[in-house]
Amino acid sequence: MDVMPKWADVVLIPVISLVLAAALSAIVILAIGESPWEALKIMVQGALGSTYGWGYTLYYATNFVFTGLAVAIAFHARMFNIGGEGQAALGGLGVALVCLYIPWPHWSLALLGATAGAALFGAAWAIIPAVLQAKRGSHIVITTIMFNFIAAAFLNYLLVGALKPAGSMEPATGKFPDATFLPSFQDMFSTADNPLFRGAPANVTFFVAIAACVVIWALIWRTRLGYELRAFGHSETAAKYAGISPTKIIVISMAISGALAGMMAINNVMGEAERLVLNAVEGAGFIGIAVALMGRSHPFGVFLAAILFGFLYQGGAELALWTSIPRELIVVIQALVILFTGALDNMVRMPLERIFLARRRKAARATTLTAAE
Amino acid sequence: MTTTTTPSAAPAIELKGISKSFGPVQANKDISIRVMPGTIHGIIGENGAGKSTLMSILYGFYRADAGEIWVAGKKVEIPDSQAAIAAGIGMVFQHFKLVETFTVLENIVLGAEDSAMLRPSLARARRELKALADEYELNVDPDALVSDIGVGMQQRVEILKALYRRADILILDEPTGVLTPAEADHLFRILENLRREGKTIILITHKLREIMEITDTVSVMRRGQMTATVKTAETSPAALAELMVGRKVLLRVNKTPAQPGAVILDVADLNVTDDKGVHRLKGVSLQVRAGEVLGIAGVAGNGQSELLEVLGGYARATGRVTMNGRPIDLTGRSSDGQSRRRDGIAHVPEDRQAEGLIMDYAAWENIAFGYQNDARFRRGPLMDHAAMMQDTVDKMGRFDVRPLDPKLAAKNFSGGNQQKIVLAREIERNPDLLLIGQPTRGVDIGAIEFIHQQIIALRDQGKAILLVSVELEEILALSDRIAVMFDGHMMGERDPATTNEKELGMLMAGMTGDPGNVTVTEIERNLAHAGTGTKV
Amino acid sequence: MDLLTLLQLLDSTLRLATPLLLACLAGLFSERAGIFDIGLEGKMLASAFLSAAIAFTTGSVWIGLLAGVGASLLLSAIHGVASITFRGNQLISGVAINFLAAGLTVVIAQSWFAEGGRTPQLAGAARFNPITLPFANELRDVPVLGPIYYELISGHTALVYVALLIVPLSWWVLYSTRFGLRLRAVGENPAAVDTAGISVIGLRFTAVAICGVLCGLAGAYLATALQAGFTKDMSAGRGYIALAALIFAKWKPWPCLWATLLFGFLQALALRPDLITSTLGFSVQTQLLDALPYILTVVILAGFVGKAIPPRAGGEPYIKER
Repeated sequence: MDVMPKWADVVLIPVISLVLAAALSAIVILAIGESPWEALKIMVQGALGSTYGWGYTLYYATNFVFTGLAVAIAFHARMFNIGGEGQAALGGLGVALVCLYIPWPHWSLALLGATAGAALFGAAWAIIPAVLQAKRGSHIVITTIMFNFIAAAFLNYLLVGALKPAGSMEPATGKFPDATFLPSFQDMFSTADNPLFRGAPANVTFFVAIAACVVIWALIWRTRLGYELRAFGHSETAAKYAGISPTKIIVISMAISGALAGMMAINNVMGEAERLVLNAVEGAGFIGIAVALMGRSHPFGVFLAAILFGFLYQGGAELALWTSIPRELIVVIQALVILFTGALDNMVRMPLERIFLARRRKAARATTLTAAE
Repeated sequence: MTTTTTPSAAPAIELKGISKSFGPVQANKDISIRVMPGTIHGIIGENGAGKSTLMSILYGFYRADAGEIWVAGKKVEIPDSQAAIAAGIGMVFQHFKLVETFTVLENIVLGAEDSAMLRPSLARARRELKALADEYELNVDPDALVSDIGVGMQQRVEILKALYRRADILILDEPTGVLTPAEADHLFRILENLRREGKTIILITHKLREIMEITDTVSVMRRGQMTATVKTAETSPAALAELMVGRKVLLRVNKTPAQPGAVILDVADLNVTDDKGVHRLKGVSLQVRAGEVLGIAGVAGNGQSELLEVLGGYARATGRVTMNGRPIDLTGRSSDGQSRRRDGIAHVPEDRQAEGLIMDYAAWENIAFGYQNDARFRRGPLMDHAAMMQDTVDKMGRFDVRPLDPKLAAKNFSGGNQQKIVLAREIERNPDLLLIGQPTRGVDIGAIEFIHQQIIALRDQGKAILLVSVELEEILALSDRIAVMFDGHMMGERDPATTNEKELGMLMAGMTGDPGNVTVTEIERNLAHAGTGTKV
Repeated sequence: MDLLTLLQLLDSTLRLATPLLLACLAGLFSERAGIFDIGLEGKMLASAFLSAAIAFTTGSVWIGLLAGVGASLLLSAIHGVASITFRGNQLISGVAINFLAAGLTVVIAQSWFAEGGRTPQLAGAARFNPITLPFANELRDVPVLGPIYYELISGHTALVYVALLIVPLSWWVLYSTRFGLRLRAVGENPAAVDTAGISVIGLRFTAVAICGVLCGLAGAYLATALQAGFTKDMSAGRGYIALAALIFAKWKPWPCLWATLLFGFLQALALRPDLITSTLGFSVQTQLLDALPYILTVVILAGFVGKAIPPRAGGEPYIKER
């Protein structure tokens, strides 16, 4: 029998890990001479206290939903895709090409085109390591790390070369045409006398991200592909017995993973920057690892974890603005979340299992005692 | 209970009341033995009787829950392998514990180095190795890489490791399982040499021949308990066999004579070479007709698994196979489990936990496993969970799966109930051919009967059944024809009504001649050779 | 290209290869014991920061070096606890450690020095300074050999020579000592080590600690020898290049030297694109040079040029079988 009830595995362990990470972060804040309580207040106020703050929080969260889903779906097939960073960078290239070189009549069509471009480029960048893993046994973690660096060099090459407008000194593409500008939350929700989300980058991509959560959820738990993918993740020998091709699952799961990571670019490149700049991904690909671990690889969990990290990112920016705590504190928190929910999972789990086991024994004793009476 | 009596000396090793549980499974229950110095003591029992656990306790791999260990008259604690080595105990595991990328010499020295520098240790080991080789016929090339030498040699390295550590007591766990007959004979000569030098040897095996041939005393284990300890000279194979298995449950299945119809499965000249280049199937041909059970008998590892894997679609082969007269792809793109199922082949695999079920999937998810593309489980691109759930409830009811909880994960059902889930899934698909491997391995007696009835019922519906089992009794009880496999060959077919266990045993040992002309040693030699395969 | 330019290029190769070499050897010890470590980057960064900070505060680069090694060891301990004690995922642990270092160094640096996440410039005894080897000046004018000795061999900081000495030392430890034998064994088959009565956990922790010390040296070199102080993210992916070099070197000490020299050479070339143009007659994109170590590693991993076989037990926590 399972030692722990399901809710403990799904809710309790991530929450305890989060509390541990928060406690350690508070100690760090104390150590640098600031007040954790004040810091938290500033973060909450800055990230959630206004529609402006929410506009940033949800903008970051949108990025993390995509990269988190990317890591999560690969986890289901027992693949560790650490290459979200590079795949998102390539996705940015796809978006830029689609936006710059196709004359779009309306943003909605441009969004469809850009989504396809981002997904295609992101997937392509993930398929190469996937094929090398399936056919040549090259360790996917190492190859995807290498592909992150190759992607960075490749984009660097393009942005100081072919994609840079003549005469520009900056390593970036030119501004995308106006027709490709995505409506921001400000455009969507403000009225003349009640401006909301003013100047915040959250845009229509947020709803694409929610749709992606639903689609991925259905894919994992409702489709035959998801069924086969999870089966392969649980047992490769059983998958072979059932006629599920390992090569097919490895390549398809990584392609979907890469496509999701790539789709992040419609948010940051098309929705926010409206051009492709150097290092546009800014580590969001790696945050996807923390988000997927925290969200237990479930799309709904990923969504919640992405909002949490969106909050941390916006709150962290506010902290840097109002206190002497730099933004990098968020990186520390992110590291601690990965550490506790990923690598130190057993440290949290083992004592909990002992508690649940003891409680069950006690309950069993109680029943036998009652029976004896 | 008799024990060896050499009153003057203390026993080399004595176990008193050893018990050990893994969760709810009691692997060892109050076990006591005494082994006198300079003797070979056998421990015999079926797979899973608890022999290996007992020896792992002796070697400090596990700690016993209760009981005492005495070595040479002194009570000792053995918390880890280091302590066992210090107490003079050496162990040769069934799966060797060697570093394959190291040389023989490095493996021997590992953990028993003289100093921080390697060179003097290696030099001393080289000298001692030569002495040991001369003394016990234990020749190995000290500079060969372990990955380059055969299993027989690797086993010698394991023995040398123990002797190099000055072991007085040597435990060997199923040592002949991987050896050719000649190698096994050589091993026994080595063991006799060791006994002559005063070493104490504990030999764990499930082969009666080995016990009779070499041991002085023998203990029998059954279901975690020690059932008897006797002098080998005062017992017989028949008596030991009875002690080993207890009173055999007689398998009887009520069935009418088969009404064989058309040929469903036709296999001709099937050949399989595995990843390591070992020739596993050698020109196998067979036919299975509608309405009959073809039983494949044989010692485990003689190609039966490969036969099932090829027919089940997940191993590559050369040869010709037709289903209902249509040829089946053995190497190309449609050589997988999905196309086999479309061809009307259902498969209950030999290992239900590693192959037949996803242990973390709930019962209702497992009911579609392998059939996830079936129209009735589909709703467009999605899977029809309601249909799967309904199907599961129906099947679990009909096959009396307990507990009747379709949402329970497969890993939480007992072995028998897991097997019923697999069987329900495969049988109720209404296949033309059912492949079924080890149908009742690890299944309790009640479920065995039920499973056997289901197989016969399927036959009576006119389905073809290919049964593979290492249980000869099961083969005899269920089959309408019996084919015997040995070393990747088909040794021939027999009618269960006219054959007997002795004749089948001969075939399983690779003997086709007149039973009167072969000696028992020849049979057993052949049997020992079975399962090792031949390199091509 | 004249001799002097070539020597300058090779001189710069050696300086840039040194941190790669130290990190690569660090990874060698850890991975040969069966513990994958993608956290080399983080350990280097942590050491770079603390060594610079302490060197600046105390004015002594040697105390700084010790502190840097200490910081790296602390992260090694976390990796050990996660992957050995709690049998966690070694890759995820490595990722976490990289982020932990990337974040903590800047947070602490900002609070300590308030200079935007960097340490103040180091000077004098707070830095490793070049060592002029005996007779370098005297022999300078001897044709060919003189410049080679003066320009290329002499005039490096102490850690460069230390790193070069650690190569034969590692080779000797791994292949000539009892400890090396056991370390290699535990990375190939921990069960063999366990049944021989040696502690798998003890060996692996020792290996992880050695990895920490070497990463500490690499990081301290970055901040107190190659540069004069710590800057944000100054390891700049060197930990990953070292990992690539380790695969390239097929987990052997001497090849580690050649692989890191090759990758150091590529880095040195990337700093002098003019040399490539003048020598080859056409220009090579520096981005290609940046990416080349990674591309080469992928090619090696794919087995197109000789198969790289990692230690067999690598990445798997050891659990006694039943």
